Order: sequence, then C-alpha cells, then structure tokens
Amino acid sequence: MTNDPTRPLLAVRDLGVSFTRKGAPDVRAVDGVSFDVSPGQTVGLVGESGSGKSVTSLAVMGLLPRRNVRVDGRVIFDDDDLLTLPRERMRDIRGRDMAMVFQDPMTSLNPVVPIGVQVTEVIERHQQLSGDAADKAAAELLDRVGIPDPTRRLREYPHQLSGGMRQRALIAMALACRPRLLIADEPTTALDVTIQAQILELLKELVHDSGAALIMITHDLGVVAGLCDTVHVMYSGRVVEGAQRRELFARPRHPYTGGLLASVPRLDAARGTPLHPIPGSPTDVLAWPSGCAFAPRCHHRVDACTDGPPPLENIGGRSLRCVNPLPTTEEVPA
Amino acid sequence: MLKFVVRRLLMLVPILIGLSALLFAWLRALPGGPAVALLGERATPESIARVEELYGLNEPWYVQYGRYLSNAVQFDFGNSTRTNRPVTEEMARTFPATFELALAALILAIGIGIPLGYLAARHYGRWLDNMSVTGSLLGVAIPVFFLAYILKYVFAVRLGWFPTQGRQDPRMDAEHPTGMYVLDGLLTGNLDASWDALMHLVLPALALGSIPLAIIVRITRASVLDVVHEDYVRTAEAKGLWERTITRRHVLRNALLPVVTVVGLQAGLLFSGAILTETVFAFDGVGRFVAEAISNRDYAVLQGFILVIAVLYVVINLLVDVSYGLIDPRVRVR
Repeated sequence: MTNDPTRPLLAVRDLGVSFTRKGAPDVRAVDGVSFDVSPGQTVGLVGESGSGKSVTSLAVMGLLPRRNVRVDGRVIFDDDDLLTLPRERMRDIRGRDMAMVFQDPMTSLNPVVPIGVQVTEVIERHQQLSGDAADKAAAELLDRVGIPDPTRRLREYPHQLSGGMRQRALIAMALACRPRLLIADEPTTALDVTIQAQILELLKELVHDSGAALIMITHDLGVVAGLCDTVHVMYSGRVVEGAQRRELFARPRHPYTGGLLASVPRLDAARGTPLHPIPGSPTDVLAWPSGCAFAPRCHHRVDACTDGPPPLENIGGRSLRCVNPLPTTEEVPA
Repeated sequence: MLKFVVRRLLMLVPILIGLSALLFAWLRALPGGPAVALLGERATPESIARVEELYGLNEPWYVQYGRYLSNAVQFDFGNSTRTNRPVTEEMARTFPATFELALAALILAIGIGIPLGYLAARHYGRWLDNMSVTGSLLGVAIPVFFLAYILKYVFAVRLGWFPTQGRQDPRMDAEHPTGMYVLDGLLTGNLDASWDALMHLVLPALALGSIPLAIIVRITRASVLDVVHEDYVRTAEAKGLWERTITRRHVLRNALLPVVTVVGLQAGLLFSGAILTETVFAFDGVGRFVAEAISNRDYAVLQGFILVIAVLYVVINLLVDVSYGLIDPRVRVR
C-alpha cells in the first residue's frame, strides 16, 4: 500500500449497472458514474429515491445479486479492479478494508443472534482474535460508539435495543477492523430526528479519528453540508453535477442541484414564504439516450436538452452534465 | 424459560378436562347408549341391564364421569372389550411401536426435507429446484396408502430389498424391554435384531414421512428464499463473512422458524396418520390397533387412546414452542 496522497483510494470509472429480466428490456439503474475518493476524504452522493446512489454503493461493495444484474466499468481500490476480483478475494476485502453502514438498523441486524456475536464475527473473520480477546474488542467497540454498559449489551438481542443503539451497533461492526473506506447508505433516514444528529456527529468523529474515507449516500443536503468535502449529485442513474461542497452550495450550475438547494425549507425565511419544490416527480424522466433525463421537470430547459444525451463536462474542477446550466451569477432563490 | 414451560404445562389441565368431557359425552350419546352399542341392536333388555350393571352405566352421569376421570388420572381406562385385556397394557404394547415408526418418519422427513429445501432455494429456478417442487407436490398429492402399496410392491415384493410386513422377523430371538425394537436390540447388544427391525422400518417410515417431507421441503425452500433477501443477510455479506457462517448463522437460523412450527404440527399428525401405513405393512402399532377398535366398537380402547394421543399432541406442541423460544429470542420475552 502506497501513501501517495495524490492517488485516490477508490476510483470509480464509468460504472454501469443494468438489471436484466427475461422478456423485458434491461433497466439501466446506473450509467457512466465516475468519481474518486482520496484517503480520509468524505464524499457525498446525493439524489432522490431511484437516482442510483444506493445501487452504486452496492456495486462498489460487490453486494449486488449475481443473477439478473450486469455491472460494467471499473472500481479501482488498491490497484485492484473490484469488479473482476475473485469472489473470495472480495470477501477478504469486505468488512476489513471497506465496510458499509445501512439505512435501516431495524432490519439490518439479525434478530435471532446476540449483538455480541454479530460484532465479534467480523473481528474473528478478519483479525486473528477469538474468544475472550474478541469479546473484549467488541466491548471496546461498543463503548467507542457510545453504547453504555457494553458487556451487558453484547449479550442482548437487537429487539432489546433502541433504533439509535442499533445503528450505533452497526457502525461498531462496520468500523471493527478499521476499514480505510466506509460507505454509509442513508444511515440516519430511519431514525428519529433527535437521534439523526447524534449519529451523524458520531460518524464524523469516528471517521476523522480513524482516518477512514467516507462515502455518504443521502437525499438530505443538510447531511452533506455538515460533513462532505466533495459532493456528487445523481439523477436517474447518472452524475449530473460534482464539485467541492462549498463551490456546489454557493454556485449550483445544474438546474437539478439548484432546485434541490432551493427546496430546502429555511427557518430564517419570512413567515408565509412558500416552499420551492421541484415540479413533477422522479418518475417523469426521459431515457438518457434521448436527452437529459431531468428535462421534463426542468425550468431551464431549452430545445437542445432533448436532442441527445448531454455529456459530462469538466469545467474548472467541477463536473457538469447540462447543455444550459444556471449562470454562475444567479443567486440561489431562498 | 422455565416459567414459560410450566405455564404451558398448566394449560394442559383445561385441555384435558375439556377433551375428557367431550369423549365422555360422545360415548353416552351413542344411539341406545353404550350398552346397546356394545351388544348390538338385537340385544335383549336383560342382557342390556346386565351390561349396564357391570359397567356402572345405571348410575347418574356425574358419578360415572367422576369415576371415569379418577380412573383416567390413575391411568386406568378399563379393559378392551375385544381382547379383554387392560387398555393400558395394549397401550404399552402399541405406543412404543408407533413412536418408533413416527420418529423414523420424522427423522427421514427432516433429514431429507431441510437440506433439499435449502438447496432448492439456492438453485432457485434451476433443475434441482424444479425437481424438488414437483416432487413435493407429488408427495402431498399421492394418498399415503397408495404410496405405501407401491413402495411395498416395488422394494419389498419385486426387488426384495426390504421385508414386506411386520416389525421384526418372527424367527428373530429378541428381547423387548422398551418395545422400540431398534433401541431394544442396541440395549440388549443384539445388533442383528436392531438391524432387522430397522429394515422393517424403512418402507413404512418412507410412506408415513412422505407428506411431512414434502411439506418441509416446500416450507424450507420458501422460507430460505425470503430470508436470503433480508437486510441482515446483506449486512453479513458486507462483513465479508465466510459463506458457511452466513448460511448457518444468518440464513438457516431464521429460515427454520416456520419449519419448526410445521414439523411440530406434522409430528402430532403422524400418530393418527399411522393408521393407513400400519395397516398396509401389518405393523403392530397404535394406528392398526385403533382401526380395529373402531370396527369392533371397542369404546374403552377408543376413549383411552384418543385421550393419550391428544395429550401427546399437546406435549409435542409444547416442545415446538420451547424450541421456538430457543431459536427466537423475541418469543421468550412475551
């Protein structure tokens, strides 16, 4: 492992995922997605339901089902293309070098196995620890993610823990082997609002302490604002805009990004100020080959939008897939 | 856990009282009363009076019921009107035989059913899956007595691989301390007797176990198909665990919950279901004895046997509930 800081830890190149079914046309869930994650960096993947952000993360982890799914492109991690790695090699990497925290802590833990076993199993698998040593490591992990009385909790079952506790336990499992890359797929969506902030804070702290890189997958721009260095916005399976967080928030160029930012309700806005939703629904999409998928909902649409697929262009450190972007001077409507 | 078992055992009391009352009422409700049922329709009033005197049938019903209950509690069900031997003695002879047969059928059904169901699910949509689904449909659809005849004809009569009937070669010089012949042979060190009894068990056990086997295959398959798509299995995959750990700890432990329920229900049915199998194979067990008791109007036998079979059913259900609690911690707390 080299520590060249300029070399990314993870390089996703032209990633595509198609779901295939006999007698039905393929569904292209992810298409041409490319991004880099440097060691210790926090990258946000933002998009609404169905934008392909979760499928992207599952493809990186090699967790997509093998049947009826076709994955193309490259996912380079430590000089290896994860997509062509033998399954057993991939098993060695998962949980040790890269780990994942899932959306729903209620269903992501095995209900019939004690928490302790679910934590120690990953330690025993990837580190030369077993028995008491593994138990001790597990208790320390639970302590580190802020679960009080860890030795008692280790003997308990998931249904005896609150939602926040369960997500903490899942985070402990993910960080058990000090992975260099952590993927968090909407880790706070299923939690109470009051717990959400705690979990985000915890993730931020742990990731910072361990030096791990983080891919934060979310539909919530608020989460991204407080956490990520770089943000990629996805729409209908493709990245439409990617930039440094400050840059993106200050000057969104893609009308979809602009719409997302404008639709966040502001507490400091005057009473009675109407919300600014993006018109239409994510199902009003155009197939990418025939034009920009966002065109049917776009207020900035021009005729050229539906002439063909807009290319992803690189303009001054920002990637953008739009033929008629918002002007750089335009103020974000508040 | 102990509290749970005790509570369930206490529930036996009302069940038994209700059942005994039903049985008692059923016997009194026979046309012309039990004495006529026993003697036939052309019995003379004198002989009826004599039988009623003999069995205490001329006393008030509550005296009769009280006596019946107190006798039943002491395990005294009177004498068989056909063999004129105590019902309990007949039970001691036939129950171990059927218990042995039912156990063999259950072991076959579980031992083949669970692995086959699991493999079918893992080969979903391929030939192994299709074969087992079709096979289990046949298993449920073919009447037990028909299957029993076919098995007997092909494997015993034609091929001569197995004996055609009975529980043991009558020429075999064997002792029977428990009445379960396979076990008896092992206990008395007579391995030949054990082997002979085992060979006598194979075909009847296959016939009797065919329906539970088919049901277990289907339930296991459906349950595994459900569980492999659960979030916690994906979590386990994300940890990079070995495939066998995932299968045993995360898939099977959850998938077997519904199977346990079905096994319990089927185990109870095996005792009453043994009538057909035991008749075809001239297997001297409960089923055959009860069938003869029915055609001979041997009410003392029926009363006693039905009560004991019902108790067995409840006990088996208790065992199922206990094992459910052992597998699923969520059941324990309630």
